[in-house]
Amino acid sequence: MKTTAPWAFEIQDLNSWYGGRQALQKISLLIPERRITAIIGPSGCGKSTFIRCLNRINDLIPGFRVEGRVLFKGQDIYDPTMDPVEIRFRVGMVFQKPNPFPKSIYDNVAYGPLIWGTRKGPALDTAVEESLKRAALWDEVKDMLHQSALTLSGGQQQRLCIARALAVEPEVLLLDEPCSALDPIATARIEELLLELKKSYTIIIVTHNMQQAARVSDVTGFFLLGELIEFAETKRIFTNPVDRRTEDYITGRFG
Amino acid sequence: MKLPSKELNKILVRRYWADRVFRLCAVTMLLITLGTLAALLIDVFIDGAGRLSWPFLTSFPSRKPEQAGILSALVGTVYLMILTVVIAFPVGVGAAVYLEEYARRGWLSRLIELNIANLAGVPSIIYGLLGLELFVRAMRLEESLLAGALTMSLLVLPLVIIASREALRAVPPSIREASFALGASLWQTIWNQVLPLAFPGILTGAILAASRAIGEAAPLITIGALTYIAFLPDSLVAPFTVMPIQIFNWVSRPQKGFFEAAAAAIIVLLAVLLLMNAVAVYLRQKYQKRMNL
Ligand SMILES: Nc1ncnc2c1ncn2[C@@H]1O[C@H](COP(=O)(O)OP(=O)(O)O)[C@@H](O)[C@H]1O
Ligand SMILES: [Mg+2]
Repeated sequence: MKTTAPWAFEIQDLNSWYGGRQALQKISLLIPERRITAIIGPSGCGKSTFIRCLNRINDLIPGFRVEGRVLFKGQDIYDPTMDPVEIRFRVGMVFQKPNPFPKSIYDNVAYGPLIWGTRKGPALDTAVEESLKRAALWDEVKDMLHQSALTLSGGQQQRLCIARALAVEPEVLLLDEPCSALDPIATARIEELLLELKKSYTIIIVTHNMQQAARVSDVTGFFLLGELIEFAETKRIFTNPVDRRTEDYITGRFG
Repeated sequence: MKLPSKELNKILVRRYWADRVFRLCAVTMLLITLGTLAALLIDVFIDGAGRLSWPFLTSFPSRKPEQAGILSALVGTVYLMILTVVIAFPVGVGAAVYLEEYARRGWLSRLIELNIANLAGVPSIIYGLLGLELFVRAMRLEESLLAGALTMSLLVLPLVIIASREALRAVPPSIREASFALGASLWQTIWNQVLPLAFPGILTGAILAASRAIGEAAPLITIGALTYIAFLPDSLVAPFTVMPIQIFNWVSRPQKGFFEAAAAAIIVLLAVLLLMNAVAVYLRQKYQKRMNL
């Protein structure tokens, strides 16, 4: 039951702290549905902190605190009545370093559906196959589903992590520098995959690779020292940035 | 800093000398340790090897030294060990999971942590006194196998908790994150991902704790475990004996035959301990391989 509202996330005045240290300052932006939003910026500027606020995974870090509003499909995910478990069910995440469970390929993908109530059997098999197909990994692994996921290459592991996230049928996919540990060929495959996935998912990708942001994303946000400096259509950001600091960054004058 | 080459040479020569002296000291210490251990083992083997035989393992103790065997002590040790693990394992792992995964970090959890570390260092006879009061007298379990196992469980519980917490802590955070990111609850994450990964480490800790337990005599003597048992325990509340008590009893007899029997029993006890440690090392190796993601 998808709404037709154009925004997946509406973020208003988001501040966040690790203990006493502020990591994000007054971030406000609108993330469009079924588009790829790229988050760029030098390391330590708060990119990871930002997307980790969107599925409340940072709740697990002691001393982490947020202020402001993060509306997901119109609902404030930090509202006390909201269950973070439900949010993580609807907003999937893929991490920087591939982190498959040390189990079989099948078990990795099946874990999400299993904890959400799918029983073992043909329905689960179908869910696993579908997810692996959507993550463009099925052909490579269909004959070794019960082999350990750790025998896969880095690029395959990352696609497995994407398949695992897709298996619970989230509405949004968050990716935190998903290609930084991969070679260019594996990176190209993931980019291709993201362009395919955006037909049905809202995708937010953090990347330190500006060419990647330019290649795959529709809108781009540039972060610096915990602030959102500029947020606009990707084409605009890369050809005609408004802020001097954005220009300096994308032309490589600092980084 | 610039030094004339002659100066430099002198400094270097002195350094190499210090190096050599220190190395010699270290090697000497090592030899003393190994030498003592070897002497002990050789002595025990010379005294006891002749006494080792199948009948020795399958006979009950006797007043005649040449007929005495360790059957009841060996069986008692195995029963006690199994019972102790059955009691201490779930309690210890449960406590570790609570402390590591659920408890909020604060002064209270630090206090508990400190106390558990201290309990691991309490002399075993104190546990014997506690067992005597609590299990033997208050709970009226008498000098039974169950009372012994409960006392031993208290003794090894801190070790099981500490080892389990270490194993839980060694599970990479990325695995937890992966599970939470799929919408798993804390309990689902612990049960499906964290515990299976930590399990070999926890098991290693449990085996080492059990091997500590089977070497102990003091707490069991305190609770009144008997030395002369010419039958096998047939229930949880049956009286029992264990190998260290049997050994203690035999070495305190004047006859030379009992002295040899004690040496033979020590060899059997050492063999059991060695076996358990080998299993622990094997598990640890396997476990590290799986952890290196
Ligand atoms: N778990 C944490 N605890 C404390 N500080 C953190 C933690 N994670 C990140 N930070 C700090 O927050 C700031 C933003 O970090 P991060 O969001 O990881 O940046 P990026 O992903 O852009 O490299 C950095 O200064 C970093 O040191
Ligand atoms: Mg980051």
